[in-house]
Amino acid sequence: MSAAMQRSLVLAMLLLSSLAPPARAANEADYKAAYAAAEVASKEASGMRNQWTTTVSTLAAAKKAGDGGDFDGAVAAAKEAEALAKASIVQATSEKEAWKAMEIR
Amino acid sequence: MKASISLLRGSLGAALVAFALAVPSVSAADKVDPAADAKAFQKFFFKKFPDVKHDDFVNGPYSMNEDMKRQWQEKEEFPPYEFSLDAGKEMFATPFKNGKTYADCFPNGGIGIRQNYPYFDTKEGKVVTLELALNRCREANGEAPYSYVKDEMASLTAYMAFTSRGKPMDIKIPDDPRALEAFENGKRYFYTRRGQLNFSCASCHVQSPGERIRAEILAPALGILNAMPIYRSEWSGMGTISRRFITCNSQTRAVPLEPQADEYRDVEYFLSYVANGLPISGPGARP
Repeated sequence: MSAAMQRSLVLAMLLLSSLAPPARAANEADYKAAYAAAEVASKEASGMRNQWTTTVSTLAAAKKAGDGGDFDGAVAAAKEAEALAKASIVQATSEKEAWKAMEIR
Repeated sequence: MKASISLLRGSLGAALVAFALAVPSVSAADKVDPAADAKAFQKFFFKKFPDVKHDDFVNGPYSMNEDMKRQWQEKEEFPPYEFSLDAGKEMFATPFKNGKTYADCFPNGGIGIRQNYPYFDTKEGKVVTLELALNRCREANGEAPYSYVKDEMASLTAYMAFTSRGKPMDIKIPDDPRALEAFENGKRYFYTRRGQLNFSCASCHVQSPGERIRAEILAPALGILNAMPIYRSEWSGMGTISRRFITCNSQTRAVPLEPQADEYRDVEYFLSYVANGLPISGPGARP
């Protein structure tokens, strides 16, 4: 590897490291935002009569962690609950037609 | 003028063609035809399990596995649902505070009528299940309704099923678009995947009857309600149809609906109708 290439590589690594966001602990506001987003998706799934038990339990875990001051844990659980709720919405939407594929005719 | 008329005619013609292409034609497959559905449903199971006698499908997993069947036949000497049956008989005969009994609420005094439930109530425009009719009877006579998932309801339905044993399921679908809609909704519910495990009722009871799921042998969907209510060893107690639906939902990690929700009433209507002709065998016993 030439000296010029080595210099470019070092510069590129420095540039990348300067762009990476600094790791910081989640705070209460992060938790509340994540929880609110999860709750919206969960309510939509419930309105479609297609709530998953895991969405409910993960949302409860997020609240428990948030109430206990573990905001990192609370944000992670809330995001997971939101993902679960969104997956159940996708399922309910696709099944509006997809169920016919399983029908005995 | 002539040019504009011909232009208008041309546009109208094109619009009609476009409309005809855009609106999906109603094919025979889209028409609600319960009789054809029931025929196809039964044919599917009879073909899939050619060695099972048709009336034996109502015995669920025992119709699929000879060893289990022998164990069950031994158990039937002293059936685990007997206590429930005795309690149900007594409850059925005990008058309400106003002096009336359940017999006053049902045709033929409630004896030998299980095979006609659920039915479509044209006044209400909805499906009425036996469990629902029993609670309505209680409320009409000033009594508090029973829980749909607990022992009292199981005991009452056990007794009513017992008095109807051997009678062929005989569910009617009146010539009413709401009844056809209820049947169709029930069918859709039965085949729709739900829960995090992405299972429909059919995933287990159409695609895999006779197969094991953990330690259990899955029952065929055909005639699955004819044996209700059931004593389940897994539950160490009796279970109503409501309890069975709710538990099935939970097992797929779906939040169950409230007992006797429209969807549950409709799926009971669908499953009972497609089992028309098969005998009532309840109360049943299951592992």
